[in-house]
Amino acid sequence: MKKYTYTESKDTRSGFGAGLAELADKNPDVVALCADLIGSLKMEKFIEKAPERFFQIGIAEANMIGIAAGLAIEGKIPFTGTFANFSTGRVYDQIRQSVAYSDKNVKICASHAGLTLGEDGATHQILEDIGLMKMLPGMTVINTCDYNQTKAATIAIADYEGPVYLRFGRPVIPVFTDENQTFEIGKAWMVNEGKDVTIVATGHLVWEAIKAGEILEAEGIDAEIINIHTIKPLDSEAILKSIKKTGCIVTAEEHNKLGGLGDSVAQLLITEYLAPQEYVAVNDSFGESGTPAELMEKYGLNAESIVEAVKKVMKRK
Amino acid sequence: MAHDISKLQNIASQVRRDIVRMVHACQSGHPGGSLGCTDFLVALYFDVMKRKEGFDMKAKGEDAFYLSNGHISPVFYSILAHAGYFDKSELLTFRKLNSRLQGHPTTHEGLPGIRIASGSLGQGLSVAIGHAVGKKLDKDENLIFSLHGDGELQEGQNWEAIMYASHNKVDNLIATIDYNGQQIDGPTSKVLSLGSLKTKFEAFDWKVLEVENGNDLEEILNVLDQAKSLTGKGQPICILLKTGMGHGVDYMMGTHAWHGKAPNDEQLAKALDQLEETLGDY
Repeated sequence: MKKYTYTESKDTRSGFGAGLAELADKNPDVVALCADLIGSLKMEKFIEKAPERFFQIGIAEANMIGIAAGLAIEGKIPFTGTFANFSTGRVYDQIRQSVAYSDKNVKICASHAGLTLGEDGATHQILEDIGLMKMLPGMTVINTCDYNQTKAATIAIADYEGPVYLRFGRPVIPVFTDENQTFEIGKAWMVNEGKDVTIVATGHLVWEAIKAGEILEAEGIDAEIINIHTIKPLDSEAILKSIKKTGCIVTAEEHNKLGGLGDSVAQLLITEYLAPQEYVAVNDSFGESGTPAELMEKYGLNAESIVEAVKKVMKRK
Repeated sequence: MAHDISKLQNIASQVRRDIVRMVHACQSGHPGGSLGCTDFLVALYFDVMKRKEGFDMKAKGEDAFYLSNGHISPVFYSILAHAGYFDKSELLTFRKLNSRLQGHPTTHEGLPGIRIASGSLGQGLSVAIGHAVGKKLDKDENLIFSLHGDGELQEGQNWEAIMYASHNKVDNLIATIDYNGQQIDGPTSKVLSLGSLKTKFEAFDWKVLEVENGNDLEEILNVLDQAKSLTGKGQPICILLKTGMGHGVDYMMGTHAWHGKAPNDEQLAKALDQLEETLGDY
């Protein structure tokens, strides 16, 4: 098991803020829009550097998506920022018609995704957003795992032509990926090579998967851990290659088990290569108030849950 | 500015023929609002708007138009064809399989002249504002025009957009409301009253202009000239255009019955009798 150490912990949303700030200098076509959540989305630095390219929309997400589409027509590269719930569920039809169906180069950047938003509770904790976004034809769906990866992804999507959903979150978690990484859309990251089981994880669950890998190693189980930061397009090749070696797979995500990464992997397996799979995901329910750690434990989204799922899936080989 | 009214009248007559023939050919579509907005769109595309040759999605150095009430696609397609964005013969394919002329307008099939999909109502004003603020950012002084149904204003997103445009002084935008008082289920006054649109827009700090006869080319041109002269003064501009749904075909006028209904063979013949073929049928 490869060792991942870290010296600091940060929130992924700050990675977004840092990436966006870098884009303010790097790409004059990048514009940013926000629906009254500048602080939450960490957009202050962008605004400081490029005030004329920032649009405060107010609490009006539908209008924000439409304005972003219009700015894209002019040739700008709009990054919209609000919570994941208000970035997707609230404005699904606006994204569907004015962005996805209209082929607009809009980057929908969503913070506070999943349960780890914490105390605000289920009204704000969307667990369906990956599913909603991946069903839209032409939409790229990215869910990053730490500060550095989020920063790199933010910068990378500006160079990609087409609509993107970029999902990140609020909790402070270890920063363990390379500071100077190049983010490649659609390319899985091999976290740890192993032979007994494949664990594919996205977002905050990647660090949990690494911790699970260490627990499993102590018990003599050699886990291959893959970070799927891009859920659509899915890196089918990397997943199939791994599963042909290990013979079973666990998917781990901070999302409803319906419609998320797990379902994307299941679809791949059922059409390409049959193998047992277990889901680590929320079991078709809403969230609730609590601390992020409490919620991850209660809803079965931590390292221990992954370990349990690995043992179960290995028995089914 | 001198306007060539008779030229515009000729185009309008032919566009109306196209509309009824298109919806008849596929036995679906929305003739009522299309006929009602014909004169406005003819004035816009063939007189008022600054347009370059060919289609440029970004509309650099020219005006751009957004149709928010996408169901009146027949008039939009006919206008775009006559304006030279694609061949008139393609109007034959309206609403048919493999056509670029979808039931509601889309960019997805690559039809020149269209910048955004519309059909799901209430989204066009936001997009128009986005393009307008983009033009300001690029210091392009050309204008954005948009058209919206009155019933469409029942969609809440419009009011988000209306509030945004005045707060941010989006004064390079002229949004026109097709104020025909009709929607699918009946008069707007019965379905969900709009109240005084003039008062509402003014309360949101827009400049409001009104056209009593939105099917009179001279009145339309006058108000558009006036609207253009009011741009760049810190306020977005709204034109309340009172049109007659189905205008130009007697049995379609004054009712919502032809909002989304196609004429049969006999009705088509009757409609065409009332509309002079001026520029040749497609």
